[in-house]
Amino acid sequence: MVCYNFYIFNRQGTCLCYHEWQRPKSVKQGAGTPSDDQKMMFGLFFSLKTFAAAMDPRTENKAQLGGPLRIGGACTFHSYATNNYKLHFLESPSGIKIILNTSPEIGDLRDHLSTIYGSIYVEYVLKNPVYMPGKPFRCQYFIGALTKYLQDCRLT
Amino acid sequence: METINSEIFTLMYGSIVRQLITDLEDITEVNKQLDTMGYNIGVRLIDEFLAKSRTAACTDFRDSTEKVAKVGFRMFLNTTANVTNWNPEGTECSLVLEDNPLTDFVELPEGCSKLKYCNVLCGVIRGALEMVNVQVECDFAKDTLRGDELNEIRLKLISEGTEAYPFKDDD
Repeated sequence: MVCYNFYIFNRQGTCLCYHEWQRPKSVKQGAGTPSDDQKMMFGLFFSLKTFAAAMDPRTENKAQLGGPLRIGGACTFHSYATNNYKLHFLESPSGIKIILNTSPEIGDLRDHLSTIYGSIYVEYVLKNPVYMPGKPFRCQYFIGALTKYLQDCRLT
Repeated sequence: METINSEIFTLMYGSIVRQLITDLEDITEVNKQLDTMGYNIGVRLIDEFLAKSRTAACTDFRDSTEKVAKVGFRMFLNTTANVTNWNPEGTECSLVLEDNPLTDFVELPEGCSKLKYCNVLCGVIRGALEMVNVQVECDFAKDTLRGDELNEIRLKLISEGTEAYPFKDDD
């Protein structure tokens, strides 16, 4: 089981944090620059979320494709898997989005992502008095705690 | 959740307000500064609130205010508030605090009658709700320290935003 990389975005589309443990295909071979890579990732899950909400067969008064979404008003996806990797996605009502790419055989990580949000991001980043909300951060304690948590869950 | 002795908390808050009055020398400025401080607390506190309370998205403004009053105040101040006095359109309401730990041991001296001692709470609510795209105006309408019978925070909904793609096509 392998964790490849990890992103945190906020509602404005800023990538607050990016970390990679293993990335055999580098950013250079893919999108080119890290900022393009992050923008493509944001576009990917944003569109996927909009499509998922537009195709929802259950909700009445569902959103038009491309129309404005009420926060938390629409359904959302938790992960998608390909034959090569699996992307896990968590969005909080405050617009924080956490993305973790792993190898495809890994099961449901929703609980793990909420723990990462509540016990690692909040504790190590938001409670840091010098951190300015909405700005990208580099915090080795955060990455350390994140890596340790994933190791403890036997995910890396 | 970690807790702190409420007396230390109350005294610490009191000394912050006292220091602000000394530094800024103008009560209106102090009120404004307390509100700004609260706002900065609010934009951070919302994530802790959402993570620890495991709150899913609120359905409407009424639901949001109930969450603030019952879950938020309980979590961070160990008290609760009642949501009352709705206007007919459902855009304005009052939070009436049952008990306000910030004002234990506090008396306002003469010359401070305009001070909104707990204005920080208004800032916190405004900042926290702004992060879930609910814009509100928030004002400390009644204050026991200024001789009213109860502590009342007046909330006014300005807009409830939707989520839109933050980038333009060409960038």
